[in-house]
Amino acid sequence: MFAPVPEGGASEQLFLGGMVRHDTLAQIFRSMILLAAAITCLISADVPRVGRRGDYYAIIIAATLGMCLMSAASDLIMVLIALETTSISLYLLVGFLRGDAKSAEAGVKYFLFGAFSSAVLLYGLSLLYGFAGQTNIYGLSGALAAAGLEPGHVLLVLVMVLVGFGFKVSAVPFHFWTPDVYEGAPTPITAFISVGSKAASFALLLRFFLAVFPTYEEYWVVVIAVLATFTMTLGNLLALVQRNIKRMLAYSSIAQAGYALIGVAAVAADNSLGSGAVVFYMFMYTLTNLAAFTIVILVERVTGGDQIADLAGLHQRAPRLALAMFLALLSLGGIPPLAGFAGKLFLFSAAVDAGLVWLAMVGVINALVSLYYYLVVAKVMYVDQPAHADKAIAVSRPYVYSLVVTVVGMVLLGTIFIGPWLNWSTSAASGLF
Amino acid sequence: MEPAPLNISAYVVLSAILFAMGALGVLIRRNAILVFMSVELMLNAANLALIAFARFYNQMDGQILVFFVMTVAAAEVAVGLALIVVIFRTRRSINIDELSRLKD
Repeated sequence: MFAPVPEGGASEQLFLGGMVRHDTLAQIFRSMILLAAAITCLISADVPRVGRRGDYYAIIIAATLGMCLMSAASDLIMVLIALETTSISLYLLVGFLRGDAKSAEAGVKYFLFGAFSSAVLLYGLSLLYGFAGQTNIYGLSGALAAAGLEPGHVLLVLVMVLVGFGFKVSAVPFHFWTPDVYEGAPTPITAFISVGSKAASFALLLRFFLAVFPTYEEYWVVVIAVLATFTMTLGNLLALVQRNIKRMLAYSSIAQAGYALIGVAAVAADNSLGSGAVVFYMFMYTLTNLAAFTIVILVERVTGGDQIADLAGLHQRAPRLALAMFLALLSLGGIPPLAGFAGKLFLFSAAVDAGLVWLAMVGVINALVSLYYYLVVAKVMYVDQPAHADKAIAVSRPYVYSLVVTVVGMVLLGTIFIGPWLNWSTSAASGLF
Repeated sequence: MEPAPLNISAYVVLSAILFAMGALGVLIRRNAILVFMSVELMLNAANLALIAFARFYNQMDGQILVFFVMTVAAAEVAVGLALIVVIFRTRRSINIDELSRLKD
């Protein structure tokens, strides 16, 4: 898994008959995914009806395997297998609470949307195979160029592939499942989908687009920039009106996907700066969102509710939990010295470098809007009076570990680790070309 | 033996028609099982295109992909029908318009 990466570009790094590529990008995304899976298991420990079930953890391992393969897939066949291994395991996990109507409904919705979008993606892949006559994604761009296709044909494939990936990263207009699934799924699984599945999908998106469509950049840069604009704006505006903390975090995660898409748009027009920024951003988002969800699970267990109002007076009941949640919210909002600030800074500067100044402006305005709803939660925790002040919030050992790792990682990533981490991210990105 | 010449466009057009029928079915049908069957139709449209292309290029890659699509579809059926059964037990209905407990 962490074996050293072979030197010498794609030809030396392909394994299993060209199915997977072992490079720095795959390595950094795998470490993200494994961290997310480990913390998901930790924060599942005390959750009723999932924490003591062996099959639950077995399915998490299957999903993790799928995500690791997604981050390394370099053949259309492996792209399909990895995506479906991940998706099918996640459908099961979302609907895992068997007697619970909300969980079942979330599972069915996720399943129907997911199956539809992966069918569209598959049709796109089959057309791609038809145009190029081969399945290795590092051979496809040359074969496409040699086939001398009209741009319209490639654009059709591009749109179909984007439907599939857009669903996985919950980009607008393929985001409808997100709030419902986040609310209905067992909360640790919500955390896992929001970070693991999203990170793996961004890895695949970056690799696929840079390898297959480098000559069609002029089309997909515009498409992704527009997608990023809508994703950020709609996510943030709808997050403003949420009263349920899990739905709020769902719309926030849509908005965060929008920011990361800025980096994808900047990638194409420029160089490794944009994709390096995406890698950095996904790492900081993994740590931050896992911290936030750990608190949500702890509070949910005591109050039995997942409304924002249930966090009222958290500061009086458990000051350290309130502080951890506060830091996570500030990082999501992009306040220095937390990791979220550095992540947004790199994304926006990559966009400016690539000549997409308007996109960077949209991003900055959106970041300001998002501060409002993050700070509303902070106000509820610090100012409002608690409804159940007498009930102590018990924090067992696994949750302590999870919080320490995520909060410390979040602070370090925003301060002394910025330099080394950005170097690692950009070196991962430069291997893509 | 020389393979017989293949009229590739006929297969691609047929698969596009199947795909469109499946996509329309997903958008129009309200019964979860019928929606799911329409998704299967879309998968099979892709399979048809893949097989035709594989024959056209005289190579195995496309055929191998089809085997994996069929396996994936079978796994999806198992999971999907299980979820639909669960939703039927709690709701006594599998109309997707009635899946409205989760909303803003």
